[in-house]
Amino acid sequence: MEVLRIATSGSVDDGKSTLIGRLLYDTNSIPQDKMEALHAASKRKGLDFTDLSLLTDGLVAEREQGITIDVAHIYFSTPTRKYIIADTPGHIEYTRNMVTGASNAQVSLILIDARRGIVEQTHRHFFIANLLRIPYLVVCVNKMDLVDYSEARFNQIVEDFQQMLDNAGFKGQEVKFIPISSLYGENVASRTGAINWYNGSTLLEYLEQVSFDHEDRNHPARFPIQSVIRPRTTEYHDFRGFAGKVASGHFSVGDEVVSLPSGQKSRIKTIEQFEKQLTVAHARESVVITLEGEIDSSRGNMLVKTNEIPQQLKEISANICWMDQLPLAAGKTYLLQHGVNRVKAKVQQINYVTDVTNHVQVTDKTSMALNDIGRITLKTAAPVFADPYEQNPANGAFILIDEFNNTTVAVGFIE
Amino acid sequence: MTNQINWEFPQALEDEAIYILRETVAQFEKPVLLFSGGKDSITLVRLAQKAFYPGKIPFSLLHVDTGHNFPETIQFRDWLVNTLGLDIIIRNVQDSINQGKAQEETGKYASRNALQTVTLLDAIEEGKFDACIGGARRDEEKARAKERIFSVRDEFGQWNAKMQRPELFDILNGKINIGENVRVFPISNWTELDVWNYIVREKLEIPSIYFSHEREIIERDGLYWPYSSFLNTTADEVPFRQKVRFRTVGDMTCTAAVLSEADKLEDIIAEIMEAKISERGARIDDKRSEAAMEKRKQAGYF
Repeated sequence: MEVLRIATSGSVDDGKSTLIGRLLYDTNSIPQDKMEALHAASKRKGLDFTDLSLLTDGLVAEREQGITIDVAHIYFSTPTRKYIIADTPGHIEYTRNMVTGASNAQVSLILIDARRGIVEQTHRHFFIANLLRIPYLVVCVNKMDLVDYSEARFNQIVEDFQQMLDNAGFKGQEVKFIPISSLYGENVASRTGAINWYNGSTLLEYLEQVSFDHEDRNHPARFPIQSVIRPRTTEYHDFRGFAGKVASGHFSVGDEVVSLPSGQKSRIKTIEQFEKQLTVAHARESVVITLEGEIDSSRGNMLVKTNEIPQQLKEISANICWMDQLPLAAGKTYLLQHGVNRVKAKVQQINYVTDVTNHVQVTDKTSMALNDIGRITLKTAAPVFADPYEQNPANGAFILIDEFNNTTVAVGFIE
Repeated sequence: MTNQINWEFPQALEDEAIYILRETVAQFEKPVLLFSGGKDSITLVRLAQKAFYPGKIPFSLLHVDTGHNFPETIQFRDWLVNTLGLDIIIRNVQDSINQGKAQEETGKYASRNALQTVTLLDAIEEGKFDACIGGARRDEEKARAKERIFSVRDEFGQWNAKMQRPELFDILNGKINIGENVRVFPISNWTELDVWNYIVREKLEIPSIYFSHEREIIERDGLYWPYSSFLNTTADEVPFRQKVRFRTVGDMTCTAAVLSEADKLEDIIAEIMEAKISERGARIDDKRSEAAMEKRKQAGYF
């Protein structure tokens, strides 16, 4: 069964939580006791309808303030697919959570309030979906019930969005517009008949048919080594296997590989998945690879095919999203974690910080604040074997860790 | 819309969990697997077996025994440990009570559920464990839905929901400060159904109380409570025999039974798909307040 990961973002009161509640409700994913708890909680708040948004706002502070602070993960499945929704906050001060939630998504779901149209946060959400190069973008124009289900209003919003796309979209991005009312369930999982001028698919129908062609399986083969398995038992006395998850592409038994950074060459002897012997391992599969002969490889090293060597970077130019209260300072040294490999990295320069709403680059910055998105140059203590994020996302992203408090302070996308 | 059952386990979830377990062993000095004897921790043991094969599982199990466990769970635990040749550390809530660190609750709702946090934190300190691997899933409860895969806890085991580290792609940052430790949740993205489908696919053994059996129960607050010497009952609560099974395995004082005839895994799965009550709906410990889980997590409950 396939797993489809979706990230949702919306501004305050766009009805995002209600939409998710509606998806769960209409797919029979809410057990009766949870439904009863919802009825009771809605009543306590003095509402005369069942507030489906209360399903997802999990933390006490969120329920108090009626907003979403952190990423919540929500699960439902249909007979064809398992869905994971990363429900992310829409507020500008939670941009980092938005990026976090979107980082694993194949589909980005952007909500627009039909009355308000495109707002500052729509630009931000769109920018983030682009930054992460999420292949599918679903724009749900919500609260159609509050604009009399007006076709003209919907078309106007589509046109405005199209303008944004013309300026900043990327090749291969698929965009779908759907007029919905999450409160009444129109075009979410079914049609209520309120909108007769729209013949396209409902949100759920669209999600059910999104084809993820596993693009990362066609990318160059990358195998970051997590650990070396050496049982040293009588039965497996000489066993030496490299454990890891294929980041991108695929490896077959017999492939000639190079271990980086040592540059030593070898051939794949076996690919193992527990007691099973495989002939090929694809992207995202966790396996153990054994090689012909002894080569020097350990955690943080990478196996690649001899004809697909990645670039060796000691100076990295990257777009980053800054995620810490403490600002990024030019000249400071951080730990850079690329996959499972860590190296020290010094911030050489802040090239610019992007004004996300107006797509303007501000160049005279010496620091970056929480939630800023911009371009920096880093110098690393050892080479990093990475691909440009645009070409191979699975081997083109990294995080920065503050060495003093160990927290994750940034995510970067290699140019 | 009717629920059709999909019996196929999503393989991506196993690959992800194995990756997380390998990261845990690589990034921490002394991980430990929190074992309860329930289906989720049994699943974790299987995943650990696969992640390091043909090597041995490179960490111990830790069981916090409340003394109020179902005897079937304890029997199963001992069987599993023997069969797979695992290392296990057992710490008892009774000892924490005897040492005056924890106090037994009173009244008819008394349970040792909250007390086990004390024993757990002591065991973590004693064993110098910097990573505790747990079988919590995000679909179980709404505070858990917000939790990271590597969840940092302070010296007192506390979870700070508002200050969680961002977790991006599959890049896991296990760096911590002295005194802190991390709770690791490899099956975060699994649902209850995923776990059952995995148990079927892997042909895993599970404790007998998951299957329909006859036992003495009482009815209280619309739930069926297993009758035992640990349960404080009132005079009008008369036990009767009934065919039941358990959907989760907690203490005998805080896990409600469901009426069921399901005695095969396939029947259990079919029952779950039709069930009108959520998994944790049968957990009396969650019913204390709307934010019961969040409060316990802040206090160091895993």
